[in-house]
Amino acid sequence: MSTAVSQIDEIKTTPWSGGRSPFNVEYGKIMMWFFLLSDAFTFSSLLISYGALRFSASVWPAADKVFQSVPGLYDSGKPLVFVGLMTFILIVSSVTMVLAVEAGHRNSKKEVITWMILTVVFGFMFLGCQALEWSHLHHEGFWWGSTPNAEKLKEFFTGGTEVTRHLTAQEFANLFFTITGFHGFHVFTGVIINIIITVNVLLGTYEKRGSYLMVEKVGLYWHFVDLVWVFVFTFFYLV
Amino acid sequence: MSSDSKEVHHEEGDHQTMTKGRILKVAGILTFITAIEFIIALWMVPSGTLPIQYANPVYIVLTLFKAFYIVAFFMHLKFEKMGLALSIIVPILFIIGLILVLTNESHHWITLRG
Repeated sequence: MSTAVSQIDEIKTTPWSGGRSPFNVEYGKIMMWFFLLSDAFTFSSLLISYGALRFSASVWPAADKVFQSVPGLYDSGKPLVFVGLMTFILIVSSVTMVLAVEAGHRNSKKEVITWMILTVVFGFMFLGCQALEWSHLHHEGFWWGSTPNAEKLKEFFTGGTEVTRHLTAQEFANLFFTITGFHGFHVFTGVIINIIITVNVLLGTYEKRGSYLMVEKVGLYWHFVDLVWVFVFTFFYLV
Repeated sequence: MSSDSKEVHHEEGDHQTMTKGRILKVAGILTFITAIEFIIALWMVPSGTLPIQYANPVYIVLTLFKAFYIVAFFMHLKFEKMGLALSIIVPILFIIGLILVLTNESHHWITLRG
């Protein structure tokens, strides 16, 4: 009896012939990627609308005049210092997150815990800074639907008339609080998710499972939050 | 269950991954790029060395560099299968479309605002 298999009966082993993940990634991780893709669209829509409104305005509040306080230290005259600190905190928290993922690959529970706790701490620090930044702007008179009075607004602009200054300051305030608020909400949920994962690591859930893949998945979300901040920082504080 | 986790480990062993050294290197690059942005914003633009209309494109290019390093290395996309990377990157191109459409639209708003 011949053992030769006809071509059509041969089992195909290409990535897309079934039986295994063609992308070589666990499904939850793929879903996290696609969720982040949809979130990227949401943030882009917000940032591009901001760009379009700003582009069509004749004047716009100057970033180095609006953001020049370091809460608790300087009331004015220090442009970008505080937001620089916030950016640095978020980059560092991203680094501690990758270090947690890297420790997870080596199944080193102790190291994963250390790095996860540091990530959560830096997350809270960022949220604290954001709260200070918001309250500072709020005390100056900026909020959804309200701007500082005409006299004070002059300080934030170079040029423009009273009418255009008021109009664009309002657009600026609405966009700033909406976009940084939406980002801050992501940071907040990220911190909560990180805490849940840290507790699970402490309980040994992933040690029993034999893989720290969940740390990688929340890691993706956390890096995405950092990624969005990179853009928010550029378009609100630098450009 | 045990065969599942075994497979995951096998997969991870298969491709190149992030080592501590590489993580710190990428972190260094991100900090360095941010430092350049600060130097431009705090010294080069105020002193007039680099006019703001040239500084803005520089900021955007530097931001895209940072985005690349975060997505490729921190989010590990560089070491994933090409198919996965493409399924994430190609839809992002739609954003360029939205930028073009709204840039065109905002030209029209300028005349509306008078």
